[in-house]
Amino acid sequence: MHSNQDSPSEVVLHVVSGKGGTGKTTVAAALAISLATNGHRVLLMEVEGRQGIAQLFDVAPLAYEETKVAVAPGGGEVWALAVDSEDALLDYLEMFYKMRRAGSALGKMGAIEFATTIAPGLRDVLLTGKAIEVVKRKEKNAANAYDFVVLDAPPTGRITRFLNVNSEVSGLAKVGPIKSHADSVMSVIASPLTTVHLVTLLEEMPVQETLDGIADLEANGLPVGSIFVNLMRPPKLDANQRKAVAEHSLSTSDIERGLEAVGLNSPELIASLEREALDHTQRVDLEARELQRLEDAQRTIVRLPLIPAGIDLGALYELAEIITNSEVTK
Amino acid sequence: MTSLDIDALLSNTDTEIIICTGAGGVGKTTTAAALGVRAAELGRNVCVLTIDPARRLAQAMGLTELDNTPRPVSGVSPGSLNAMMLDMKRTFDEVVEAHADPERSKQILENPFYQALSSSFAGTQEYMAMEKLGQLHQDDSPWDLIIVDTPPSRSALDFLDAPARLGSFLDGRFIRILTAPARGAGSAIGRIAALGFGIFTNVLSKILGAQVLSDIGTFVAAIDTTFGGFRERADATYELLKKPGTAFIVVAAPERDALREASFFVERLQSESMPLAGLVLNRVQEVEAGSATEEQITAAAQRLRASGEFELTASLLELHAQRMALKERQKHLAARFESAHPTVPIIAVPAMAEDIHDLDGLRQIGAELADKNNDW
Ligand SMILES: Nc1ncnc2c1ncn2[C@@H]1O[C@H](COP(=O)(O)OP(=O)(O)OP(=O)(O)O)[C@@H](O)[C@H]1O
Ligand SMILES: Nc1ncnc2c1ncn2[C@@H]1O[C@H](COP(=O)(O)OP(=O)(O)OP(=O)(O)O)[C@@H](O)[C@H]1O
Ligand SMILES: [Mg+2]
Ligand SMILES: [Mg+2]
Repeated sequence: MHSNQDSPSEVVLHVVSGKGGTGKTTVAAALAISLATNGHRVLLMEVEGRQGIAQLFDVAPLAYEETKVAVAPGGGEVWALAVDSEDALLDYLEMFYKMRRAGSALGKMGAIEFATTIAPGLRDVLLTGKAIEVVKRKEKNAANAYDFVVLDAPPTGRITRFLNVNSEVSGLAKVGPIKSHADSVMSVIASPLTTVHLVTLLEEMPVQETLDGIADLEANGLPVGSIFVNLMRPPKLDANQRKAVAEHSLSTSDIERGLEAVGLNSPELIASLEREALDHTQRVDLEARELQRLEDAQRTIVRLPLIPAGIDLGALYELAEIITNSEVTK
Repeated sequence: MTSLDIDALLSNTDTEIIICTGAGGVGKTTTAAALGVRAAELGRNVCVLTIDPARRLAQAMGLTELDNTPRPVSGVSPGSLNAMMLDMKRTFDEVVEAHADPERSKQILENPFYQALSSSFAGTQEYMAMEKLGQLHQDDSPWDLIIVDTPPSRSALDFLDAPARLGSFLDGRFIRILTAPARGAGSAIGRIAALGFGIFTNVLSKILGAQVLSDIGTFVAAIDTTFGGFRERADATYELLKKPGTAFIVVAAPERDALREASFFVERLQSESMPLAGLVLNRVQEVEAGSATEEQITAAAQRLRASGEFELTASLLELHAQRMALKERQKHLAARFESAHPTVPIIAVPAMAEDIHDLDGLRQIGAELADKNNDW
């Protein structure tokens, strides 16, 4: 049932980054549900050690073990994994040196924490290595273990370095198993099998960070995907009304008669409503300007609404449906 | 709400250092800059140390070059305002240069491990912010008030903990054992083996490469002979934060996560007897208080919608109700914080319609910070 032959695009690894707090974890989870729709098997991975996925799906903290967290419309499955650099290092030691047990002893002494602290790149090598292992994993019948892998990745400021760490390693280690591993990881990351999405809000700083991030990724030959604009709110006033507000030509007597009709007419309320209309108009204009800057980047833009009641499982399915209807998964 | 008298704090010449902390993106840099402008206009000679300010804000303050020295900001009087952006690598380099002779500092600065440490190590930014604060706060410095912004980190506590953590790490057991050969203690190898560390260096050199280990060794040896422990140095600046002339201002957004973060921080300051001036609740929703309740406004908007007339009024009432609801939610969160921390003064700063990126915007934030009659 699950092979990615029948999936419309050849992208297998979806990396989700963005400025801190813009909704990376939420978007990654909704994207995973969307990709799982119609019978696919998807792995949602987190690497920042924060158990954001478990909180979001309201399940117990994830161990270093793939766990099913949700089903998708049409019979798909979302599995989740919280990758911890220590466990990933044990995998790595086993893979290259058959040294899992020695590694465990080191872990108890705090040596692994030490090693990943003195060489922060090492952590990234292990985490990206794990992601690629999952992407490439085959089942007995040679089908892919997962149709798609969604990575809740580090924020924009660190994403290029994170994804590129293996090409640095490859440059440092001239020969040997580590070099060939690094090369094979890069052959997936810097290829059409991978795409990097960026999540943003319509505010100046996150938009700037997104544009800088796109430029940086592109300059390093990494494949940039879509821009997810999160927390969008529909304007309360239409374009004509906002124009009138901006030109201070809103009809006070109109508002007054409206308020009269519901028995709320007072000069104070009118003054408040007018001030708020101006405030709202400025905000909407600012958002429009920022959206334009994103559109100029010529990427698919997915607009995700602010869910007023906050994010619960139901909201994730709602966001997933919007993603399914967008261009991202087509 | 107990309110915080910002002008009294800024005018008091005993106040020598103000530190703005909080979770990522809540408005620390904006608050630090706004306090700087206001203090200078109250007559203080201020230096603001900012970290990664938004580009336009940096430009507005004349911070076009990252040269790691305070530069005067024009148009602020009768006191004076100087501002700088922290360059963490440069700051680290300067520490090395100040403590080592030219030859040795060249050796350190060129060491690959040092280069990684000074530009990308977890905690270096916090460590160097404190270091820079220590440098700016010299007896002969031309400013009488230093306002410090803190690095964007998930947790505000990092500002307090990262320098010591990094210091301990650099002074720590593993790094010493690992680098023992390079430090000329040949017998340490035997000791390592005895302790069962042989496998440790073996595995590490496989993973990190023997070159990295030898770089670390050279680095530690060079550093050791120039200045004492990193930990000691971090501890010394930490002491500065406990002095009576220091005031912490915790910035939070009126959201659950940000306030939880602020709570942790406030409790920590209290448990260490560090001077907490108060909490700035930044970007709160303002709504003119009218006599109608949110329910009445919502019901009225619905009636107008149903009638199909007065669409503009209906939209405006909906907008109004939305804001009232948001404000209620925020006030509820603020009240919870307040009941957990009844002695902590709180100031609410409204969300402005646009980002803050010029001196006038900063003045406006400053005025809000100082507004004692704000009954939000
Ligand atoms: N569309 C949305 N509607 C309402 N709330 C949202 C939406 N998207 C995200 N949120 C909320 O915003 C907050 C931040 O979202 P999330 O944790 O996904 O961000 P993040 O980018 O992963 O953050 P971090 O950088 O801390 O990892 C959460 O409280 C989340 O529930
Ligand atoms: N009261 C306010 N009203 C409107 N916008 C604000 C307000 N305070 C801050 N901002 C805007 O919010 C954004 C983030 O503010 P700022 O850079 O000060 O946050 P920060 O806490 O320093 O962030 P970081 O943790 O990334 O350093 C900026 O674009 C700033 O202009
Ligand atoms: Mg997250
Ligand atoms: Mg900042």
